[in-house]
Amino acid sequence: METFIGIDYATWWFLLIGAVFTGYAILDGFDLGAGALHLFLNKENSRRIALNAIGPVWDGNEVWLVIGGGALFAGFPEVYASLLSAFYTPFMIFLVALIFRAISIEFRSKEPMVWWRRLWDVSYCLSSALLAFLLGMMLGNVAQGIPLDKDHIYRGSDMSFINPYACMVGTTSLALFMMHGAIYLVMKTEDRLYAKLTIIVRRTTIFFVISFVITSFYTVLYIPHMADQIHDSPSMFVLPVIMILGIASITRMVAKRRYLLAFLSSALVISVALMIVCLELFPVILYSAGAPANSLTVYNAASSEKTLGIMLTVAAIGVPLVAAYTTFVFWTFKGKVTLDETSY
Amino acid sequence: MDVEILSRIQFAFTIAFHYIYPPLSIGLGLVMVLMEGMYLKTGDVIYEKMTRFWVKIFALIFGIGVATGIVMEFEFGTNWAVYSRYVGDVFGSALAAEGIFAFALESGFLGILIFGWNRVGPRVHFFSTIMVTLGSMFSAIWIVVANSWQQTPAGYHVVGEGMDARAEITDFWAMVFNPSSVDRILHVWSGSFLAGAFLVTSVSAWYLLKGKYIGLSRASFKIALTVALAASLFQLFTGHRSADIVAHHQPAKLAAMEGHFDSLAVADMYLFGWVNKEEQTTSGVSIPGGLSFMIHGDFNKPVPGLTSIPEKDRPGAVNFVFQTYHTMIAIGMFLIALSLYAAFLWWRGTLFDKRWLLWLYVWAVLLPQIANQVGWYTAEVGRQPWVVYKLLRTSDALSEAVTANQVLSSLILFTLVYILLFALFIYLLNKKITHGPYDTHSEDHSPRHLEMAESVKSSHPANPS
Repeated sequence: METFIGIDYATWWFLLIGAVFTGYAILDGFDLGAGALHLFLNKENSRRIALNAIGPVWDGNEVWLVIGGGALFAGFPEVYASLLSAFYTPFMIFLVALIFRAISIEFRSKEPMVWWRRLWDVSYCLSSALLAFLLGMMLGNVAQGIPLDKDHIYRGSDMSFINPYACMVGTTSLALFMMHGAIYLVMKTEDRLYAKLTIIVRRTTIFFVISFVITSFYTVLYIPHMADQIHDSPSMFVLPVIMILGIASITRMVAKRRYLLAFLSSALVISVALMIVCLELFPVILYSAGAPANSLTVYNAASSEKTLGIMLTVAAIGVPLVAAYTTFVFWTFKGKVTLDETSY
Repeated sequence: MDVEILSRIQFAFTIAFHYIYPPLSIGLGLVMVLMEGMYLKTGDVIYEKMTRFWVKIFALIFGIGVATGIVMEFEFGTNWAVYSRYVGDVFGSALAAEGIFAFALESGFLGILIFGWNRVGPRVHFFSTIMVTLGSMFSAIWIVVANSWQQTPAGYHVVGEGMDARAEITDFWAMVFNPSSVDRILHVWSGSFLAGAFLVTSVSAWYLLKGKYIGLSRASFKIALTVALAASLFQLFTGHRSADIVAHHQPAKLAAMEGHFDSLAVADMYLFGWVNKEEQTTSGVSIPGGLSFMIHGDFNKPVPGLTSIPEKDRPGAVNFVFQTYHTMIAIGMFLIALSLYAAFLWWRGTLFDKRWLLWLYVWAVLLPQIANQVGWYTAEVGRQPWVVYKLLRTSDALSEAVTANQVLSSLILFTLVYILLFALFIYLLNKKITHGPYDTHSEDHSPRHLEMAESVKSSHPANPS
């Protein structure tokens, strides 16, 4: 088996795809969260500022989802095929919500009528919240496992993606993104809107902590395979500890009004949470509930070594480029939002 | 209806709707690069105004293109799981390369293109316009590579049998440069340039007919006409090359395109006609032996017809493929004639004198759109019954886990959403066009650009326009 720095290609791709989805959660997480908070802002001007805070970057953030989807298709076609056909209905809802969110942002500012703007405000807020919830819901289902047969084909019912654990993870991801988005908006705003958002940050943080604690207890008690790895190698207990310290750091930095550090802390919390999920699953990617032998793993779901090697080259060239111009775009639009004639 | 037909309808519908937008983005991107380039070169504020105007329309088009494009990326997995397993190793790397090299580039710089006018200098803005355009062109490369691999597979081997069969890459560059990809990329690019250029000439012609923004519209029209002329002529070359490749690699598709049934007979080339599949006849106006000549350079050489291919391996909708192919050719020829005639009038200095020509240009925006659509119908329906040519049948490529009811529900959902989307798109496009390129207060908001314009003007003292 071909290796790179002592790790085989399939594992590299597992890590890379994990990293891309983590990047997606951190980046699109804040604009989905900002969207989910949209209706809590009452004034027209506040809503415009909040929209323009994510205006130049949300589309670039969404690209991480496209890259993640493409990388999953290329690296683990079995997982891509089984996962998407198993979650047909939630994925279709997800795609339609993505469309509504994109056009709400785009169309809202194109007409001055109050009813027009209210309509798109509601559509923007609901679709953002739905997307944040669905992402968590799918993660919950993946963590919990879905029934697969020996050909890795989903053998569950249409609607079984709706279950208590998935809903709990969905709520947690919604709460996490709302908090993350609120912190981002605080960094980009001034005056009274800033003051209002500082209150929203505190409330969403509480919402997140509560749902996080409940979900964690549920996972440890009822989803035993999601705790095996840490159980077996106690040194990994450091990860949940970092997670808790990260959450503590968010509340502390929010209290000290150091929002950039709070934002970095919530990005850390997102990364560690996904890292724990990945480590707990590894080498499984899609756990087969009921018949663990049918699970899709890093080894039985991967593309050929040749393809994985080619794509490592692609990633080695592409990732630094993407990082460079993403940084350039964020740097161009740094600082507080100001509205001008090109704004939404 | 069963899962297969529903999934095919859904895929055809969502991809056809999506494909209204990317060609417009690519073509408009190129026209915007030329406009902004003219602005930097001459410092004439008229070019800045037209660039800003088209950037706004570009943003609208691009937004819908992205939203409907993400659907496509995930639909492979949701509806075509067996296909995804089969081609993932090959097709996946092209899609992943698209995401990282193309989509990230265009979406990253799009923010600066739309919102960055007052944040960056004119040269950085121009650079962003180029990057967005290049990004959208790179996107086309990878998507067409992936699709061309399905038409003319190369650089792979098949591993496993039956349900477990998979295509795996053996040679990445042979996969990328499979026999049809280069010509098809050029063909898609030229079609896209035509779509964008004809949008600009349409709107400009309409302004001229209404007597509005005369100077700006004339200058925009000329820039777009230049693009249209070059692209329509180039399309003749890429189209011919693509047809040649179809003849060599996909004889069944070629036979369907010309409604040619007889096995090993001299083949005619139709200008238009009608195919009767039951009686295996084609009637219409044709050049006798034309197809033989196009392929072999000899009017008397035979070309394999549909009957030389086992019935289960032939495309079913022969007349459909024939009609879509001939519609594309007819439009392509008409666009060449139109562009040449307009260029001739431009040379004579009477381009804007003929109102009927301007009216024709107002409506001609639809023609490249139709040609792009029917061209793809020809390519995709003509490939049937294969999803990957001679390797995987469309009927074998479905998701086993998905039921007809699920697909029917999602199809209805997409139909409703896309109708709404299209209505809003037309409404907002019309509104932007009616509003025109001039904002009441845009000038005082772009200090850096005015500064730039001043500095350029002082270096070009004589500016006749």
